[in-house]
Amino acid sequence: MPAVSKGDGMRGLAVFISDIRNCKSKEAEIKRINKELANIRSKFKGDKALDGYSKKKYVCKLLFIFLLGHDIDFGHMEAVNLLSSNKYTEKQIGYLFISVLVNSNSDLIRLINNGIKNDLNSRNPTFMNLALHCIANVGSREMAEAFASDIPRILVAGDTMDSVKQSAALCLLRLNRTSPDLVPMGEWTARVVHLLNDQHLGVVTAATSLITTLAQKSPDDFKTSVALSVARLSRIVTSASIDLQDYTYYFVAAPWLSVKLLRLLQCYPPPEDASLRSRLTECLETILNKAQEPPKSKKVQHSNAKNAVLFEAISLIIHHDSEPTLLVRACNQLGQFLQHRETNLRYLALESMCMLASSEFSHEAVKTHMETVINALKTERDVSVRQRAVDLLYAMCDRSNAKQIVAEMLTYLENADYSIREEIVLKVAILAEKYAVDYTWYVDTILNLIRIAGDYVSEEVWYRVIQIVINRDDVQGYAAKTVFEALQAPACHENLVKVGGYILGEFGNLIAGDSRSSPLVQFNLLHSKFHLCSVPTRALLLSAYIKFINLFPEVKITIQDVLRSDSQLRNADVELQQRAVEYLRLSCIASTDILATVLEEMPPFPERESSILAKLKKKKGRGNLPVIDDTRRNVNGNVEHAEKTEAPNQVSTPSFTDLLNLNSAPGPGGNLLVDVFSDNAALSSTDVCEENFSRFVCKNNGVIFENQLLQIGLKSEYRQNLGRMYVFYGNKTSTQFLSFTSSLSVLDSFSPQLNMHVKTVDPVIEGGAQVQQILNMECVSDFTEAPVLKVQFRYGGMLQNLAVKLPVMLNKFFQPTEMTSQDFFQRWKQLGAPEQEVQKIFKAKLPMDTEVTKAKIIGFGVALLDRVDPNPENFVGAGVIHTKSIQVGCLLRLEPNAQAQMYRLTLRTSRESVSRRLCDLLSEQF
Amino acid sequence: MMQFMLLFSRQGKLRLQKWYVPLSDKEKKKITRELVQTVLARKPKMCSFLEWRDLKVVYKRYASLYFCCAVENQDNELITLEIIHRYVELLDKYFGSVCELDIIFNFEKAYFILDEFLLGGEAQETSKKNVLKAIEQADLLQENVDFQTRLFAAPT
Repeated sequence: MPAVSKGDGMRGLAVFISDIRNCKSKEAEIKRINKELANIRSKFKGDKALDGYSKKKYVCKLLFIFLLGHDIDFGHMEAVNLLSSNKYTEKQIGYLFISVLVNSNSDLIRLINNGIKNDLNSRNPTFMNLALHCIANVGSREMAEAFASDIPRILVAGDTMDSVKQSAALCLLRLNRTSPDLVPMGEWTARVVHLLNDQHLGVVTAATSLITTLAQKSPDDFKTSVALSVARLSRIVTSASIDLQDYTYYFVAAPWLSVKLLRLLQCYPPPEDASLRSRLTECLETILNKAQEPPKSKKVQHSNAKNAVLFEAISLIIHHDSEPTLLVRACNQLGQFLQHRETNLRYLALESMCMLASSEFSHEAVKTHMETVINALKTERDVSVRQRAVDLLYAMCDRSNAKQIVAEMLTYLENADYSIREEIVLKVAILAEKYAVDYTWYVDTILNLIRIAGDYVSEEVWYRVIQIVINRDDVQGYAAKTVFEALQAPACHENLVKVGGYILGEFGNLIAGDSRSSPLVQFNLLHSKFHLCSVPTRALLLSAYIKFINLFPEVKITIQDVLRSDSQLRNADVELQQRAVEYLRLSCIASTDILATVLEEMPPFPERESSILAKLKKKKGRGNLPVIDDTRRNVNGNVEHAEKTEAPNQVSTPSFTDLLNLNSAPGPGGNLLVDVFSDNAALSSTDVCEENFSRFVCKNNGVIFENQLLQIGLKSEYRQNLGRMYVFYGNKTSTQFLSFTSSLSVLDSFSPQLNMHVKTVDPVIEGGAQVQQILNMECVSDFTEAPVLKVQFRYGGMLQNLAVKLPVMLNKFFQPTEMTSQDFFQRWKQLGAPEQEVQKIFKAKLPMDTEVTKAKIIGFGVALLDRVDPNPENFVGAGVIHTKSIQVGCLLRLEPNAQAQMYRLTLRTSRESVSRRLCDLLSEQF
Repeated sequence: MMQFMLLFSRQGKLRLQKWYVPLSDKEKKKITRELVQTVLARKPKMCSFLEWRDLKVVYKRYASLYFCCAVENQDNELITLEIIHRYVELLDKYFGSVCELDIIFNFEKAYFILDEFLLGGEAQETSKKNVLKAIEQADLLQENVDFQTRLFAAPT
């Protein structure tokens, strides 16, 4: 029998551990372990009953072997035997083994639970604690089922020992986390709250954790804990450092309990009761004051404990976000820590300040530390601290400091650790977009990003710059010029080639006037990069080339030669080959008109949340991302959009819709699953899609509807009172559409005013194919209602119904009329009767841009009259609406007020209904 | 709430592991490997906290042993650092100037002390005196039992 004394339990175990430690190689260790396992197995299987001590020793060895990282598949039964022993030392080892090696073998679980039950009922506090520790360590569902109702009883019973209460509280906490449904609330909840008043600080410490978790789940049930916590906290922070005896840690009174109480208070808003509130404020002030006192000890434990409480108090202050003085004091305190010699404190100060930056009360105070934070970015030696500095700069960024912060981040990016580059790139991209006052700065910033950290610029970032350039015509020329210059660099990143290819393909014409960037120069520049690029980039460049053919007929031959070369037409990559073949063919057979339509400039992207922001959120986890002020929404687009242009197999011969590609997400009318149960679904029940309707007021071509299955593109032309519309139905799937029909709904209200004739279409649309339908129309008299196109087809056995409002509006039948200033004002006066004039004053929804406005007015159908209005800022226009029955002369005047961001639109015609309709249509366009 | 605590040596040998969340053995091994590597790669003057997956890792080195805890995002880093220190103090007091070998050879004791101090990932009893009292009582029970065993075993 070995002598047993403290810390020297089992000699056999010690010998075994020594043996393992003496093993010179992994193989030797495994050999020794296998020998031991065989020995233990034979002992357990042997006929001779083992005594408790041996069993304990072998179970301990198994545990040791398991903890070394080896699998253990036996010994559980012996452990359960030990656990049921009434010798403490054996029981303890049995519990330890079970806690570490949980096995959900149901027979064993029953036996284990049985043992636990006996111990819980034993009234022996030491045994009860062992049992509770085991439940808390394992925390399995079976245990929750068996004991979830017993533990609250033990916790609140008057005669339970303090140490058992502590274990019971945390045991219940664990079960509540793993199986909340099995832990019923009940009359014990109220009594649990009162544990906050317990004499024993250990009990309060354990109970506070339990109450915090419960309060997070059902705050109303634990509301009374607020007052009790404040009282307790107040007593702690005002106590002399020796009052709490052993709960004082390096001269700090009960730091763990203080932190937990402050955490509990963060489950609730600031107390409404005034006296309670002021008591809490006093506590927080005391904690802030203590931070300024000289330290009572030089030990780091003292300052850590003190600051742990301080940081938790600051968290509470930020959580309440209601006391400006406290917030600013917190900010100043953290500001001091920013220059502290302890790295830990600098790290935490940066982290906490991030939260303060999003409070309106302290945002400005945080900003005063910008230089220090920038300095931290440059001088900190620990990457995790620099990471915090980046986060803080991001959080404190606003319009006033955006340029400086973005510049600093860009500088840092050049030498930043690889692990955080992508995140910095995303942050810079977001800030540059969010706070761009002029978009030339934005374009420069993104191109710099690509130059400095091209590999870390994700697709979202370069898609985004393209979306923004396409949506903002004021920056297109600059963007074209800048990418052109950037592409001159001998080695440029592939992402730059992508952006450059796309932008020059769309807007290369804007810089083609300069002989240094003539079409041929642009093309040669792009093509010089071609061979170094990956397949997706080459595909994009091919699309840029075909766009060049449209933009610059003079380079057509050169580009056709390139497309025709073997390296394109016979490229091993099927996508490249297909593009080359199709683009070449398209350029040969299509007339300039068709080319111009097919290769029209990309339409603006629909507004969405920035995809970059979404990506950053995903990366950081929603909770971690400081909210930066979001008063101004930007031109937003979706990623799929840009992606789609590169999607393969879309370029079928009449590739009208493909290149137009207004891929927006399925609109509300694109209800794919409308009434799948009934073939006879009443068409009128389908929602009419009007999403894109107003986009067609000033233009005639584009995509009017799109969902996952179908894309409907329009091309229309009007002359006098007649119009013709080509409707293109593109099947986006690889499966046939069957029983395809499309018709116009005949609404009584306008049928006499607008005659329409539809040609029928083929009932089958092959996968990937596109069919065209022609609509002829005649305007009989002025009208308001637009016709609705109803489409019905079968896809994969399901009937699809959809209805799209067709953009046939009164203004389509405009003929522009040029007239002199004198004529204009003469007629203007003639149409002065109140019923002839309709006026609207409205706020600008889009940026006020003269050129865009001009284009829109011309697109609306009237002649834009120059030098007619005495005020050059104003726009005036004139035209005649042609209908079969009458002709209506119209005059319009649009007065922008750039300061107020408002417009005043006045329409004068001889018919009130016409004036009203035209005014309604046009006023939605700015 | 603390998710787990790992004790490992400068050579990367795991000396103690305590998991407060249910994870598969495979996952535990993966986490251990990853964290040991990360923490050992850090230089002495670096800060004691790092972001790791969606958790915060708080670590501190005592002689040849690293103590490393993972806590949730809203948890307090500094108080976690002092949890580590208090545990070290408890071990130190119990073993009398603790060293790595004490923990290797008496790993079960290290677990018992930890269970008295932390339960379910939360501090259960922060008073050093109370924790040690509980452990000493248990040892006393153990000695009594062993004493009896010895008496009975003596004649043979």
